[in-house]
Amino acid sequence: MADSTPAHPPWWHNRRLLPWLVQGAVGLTLLVVIAFLLGNLVRNLSAAGLLLSWRWLGQPASFDIAETLLPFNASEPYWRGLLAGLVNTVRVVLLGFVGATVLGTVVGSASFSSNALVKRLARIVVEVIRNIPLLLQLVFWYFVVFLALPNGAEAIQLPGIVLAKSGLFLPGFEAGLHWSGPTLVDGIWQAPLRFTPEFGALLTGLVVYTGAFIAEVVRGGIASVPKGQWEAAASLGLGAFESLRRIIIPQALRVIVPGLNTQYISLAKNSSLAVACGYTDLYSVAETSLNQTGRAIEVIVILLAAYLAINLVISLVMNGLNRLVQIKER
Amino acid sequence: MGPIQRLRKDLFANPLDGLVSVLLLSGLAVAGYRLLHWALTQARWAVIQANSTLLAVGRYPIEQQWRLWLLVALVAAASGLSWGVLRGLPVRDRPKTTLWPSNDRLAAILLVFLASWTPALLGLTLAIQARWWTLTALVLLMRWLAGRYAGRFAKPAALAMPLLWPLLYLLGMVLIGGGLGLVTVGANEWGGLLLTLVEASFAILLSFPLGVLLALGRRSSLPMLRWGSIVYIEFIRGAPLITLLFLGQNILGFLLPGGLAPDRVWRAAWILTFFSAAYLAEAVRSGLAAVPRGQLEAARSLGLSLPQALGRVVLPQALRVALPATVGQFISLLQDTTLLSLIGLLDLLGTARSVMANPLYLGKSAEVYLTLAVLFWCCCAALGLGSRALERRLSPPSLSR
Repeated sequence: MADSTPAHPPWWHNRRLLPWLVQGAVGLTLLVVIAFLLGNLVRNLSAAGLLLSWRWLGQPASFDIAETLLPFNASEPYWRGLLAGLVNTVRVVLLGFVGATVLGTVVGSASFSSNALVKRLARIVVEVIRNIPLLLQLVFWYFVVFLALPNGAEAIQLPGIVLAKSGLFLPGFEAGLHWSGPTLVDGIWQAPLRFTPEFGALLTGLVVYTGAFIAEVVRGGIASVPKGQWEAAASLGLGAFESLRRIIIPQALRVIVPGLNTQYISLAKNSSLAVACGYTDLYSVAETSLNQTGRAIEVIVILLAAYLAINLVISLVMNGLNRLVQIKER
Repeated sequence: MGPIQRLRKDLFANPLDGLVSVLLLSGLAVAGYRLLHWALTQARWAVIQANSTLLAVGRYPIEQQWRLWLLVALVAAASGLSWGVLRGLPVRDRPKTTLWPSNDRLAAILLVFLASWTPALLGLTLAIQARWWTLTALVLLMRWLAGRYAGRFAKPAALAMPLLWPLLYLLGMVLIGGGLGLVTVGANEWGGLLLTLVEASFAILLSFPLGVLLALGRRSSLPMLRWGSIVYIEFIRGAPLITLLFLGQNILGFLLPGGLAPDRVWRAAWILTFFSAAYLAEAVRSGLAAVPRGQLEAARSLGLSLPQALGRVVLPQALRVALPATVGQFISLLQDTTLLSLIGLLDLLGTARSVMANPLYLGKSAEVYLTLAVLFWCCCAALGLGSRALERRLSPPSLSR
């Protein structure tokens, strides 16, 4: 009887053919699925009379935005409105970076305090904040904290700063370059610089939530520096603060910076929850535009592209920073 | 070291530490007193009492709610079983524990305490209070049974445990949604905590295999698989979840032929699944990166096919390493379900906001949001705790040295 095992393995065991077969099958499936979805899209859109068009961007928006850095009113076109929304997003994101980094660094290094109470408290705060959904925290800050602030003469007043239901009022230069603080005119606070409670709630929520995550990143970074480095610094006569600044932080940064990148990107994406506390960011303008024009595809494309661009910029900057703090090998 | 000395070392090691401690302690005391004062005298918890059913299950038909009670009882039994079996597994570098280690005793006491006081505190009727007591008893009974006998049936228990929860899930979906002789309760009638848990568990269960496949695809040597996975993962990770949910509600209808698109609840569930899969893929990928390349090569040279080598050698090690990140992703998925309230679904947060829109409960947002926060905190912390317990029991000595 002849040998039953063939000299060549069957074609489906061919190690050179197999990868191509798998790829071909995957590619074909992807292609069919995409063609199916696109076909439906074109058919359904043309049935609804909504085939891709960008002309609506030039039409007047006919809605107002409560607070903008970029001047905007209802008679201006949609694209100006979206741009104003984008600027609002960037504004809260940039301030959020600063706040969250400061808070995260303080809380993160507090878990290395010599004081056991501070150490415990830092860990507890982080655990509490991280396990409560951000959206819940945002509505809490807005409805429970900021909208419950007293107004008028009862507002919380510190020298030069007033915190009232109508917002946070800060001193600044007014026209003619003279310094002026908040003043109460007919029961209404006025000041050169005003932040609305919507902005305040969003910023506070983002800073506290992201700060808790950054605290973990910072704690992990400092913990990654071997204990011997602390001891060596101490034996060289450096105090706790000096050794932190000159020995520990530069080494910890190598671990911290990549983690920060992730947290910054998630802060930027989370800023899209602004709609929950009434702040008009890019997402909220886009949602209004969609409701008014019905242009779903175009609006989604704009949204996705904008957030992708924001993420890319953050990644580029953070990668540059990362190169700065990594060990220079010669 | 006596307690006084320890206190001195911990809180008053030097004058600055002492000052900070005194300031913090007094601040905490004032804050705690104020919170307690508010919670006991000023807060009006009637808003929670009157709406507890609505917050728990939304507009689920009352005459069908026995199905949910049955499901809760089953889940309680399964939790008790899992608790006992997990305790029965040996922990590395630790002597075999007794039937009720001190942690478990504490947890059991806490559970009994909570179960006996919370329902009464919420002003539930005696019949419903009795149900919660029965449920607690069930958890503890199953815990005792499993802890007592798991050692004797170690092999079948280890085989049955991974099957228990998926089976329970399928049964749960039948109990919730109907079918198999039960009256159908449509997804639009689910709400509150029920909807939150259904969406989260659906997305968790389905996104896990999808995430593993994507992670394997991203590390594949075949360019088509690799680039497909990379584009998908980075696209999803680049977009905020709310824009994807928005996409699901507004565009999914255009992408599928008429009538084939699922309703709003399931659309959101699928979007959550696809969203979470991309993040899970990254968690699993970090686990795959931790498995030395030699493991795959060794398995292949022993004659295992690629799927066998991945499934029996590489993935078990990788998933063990990726466990904390994976559970972390599940926790954030559970938190992300709150976003459903922004697209008009009545999940826990959505229901809470609809309750507060009632003029009767105007200005009671602090009570409602605090309750929700405590609920979410407990769920997320429990997941994290379970993950750490599982992690300690799964890590073999070979990987830890």
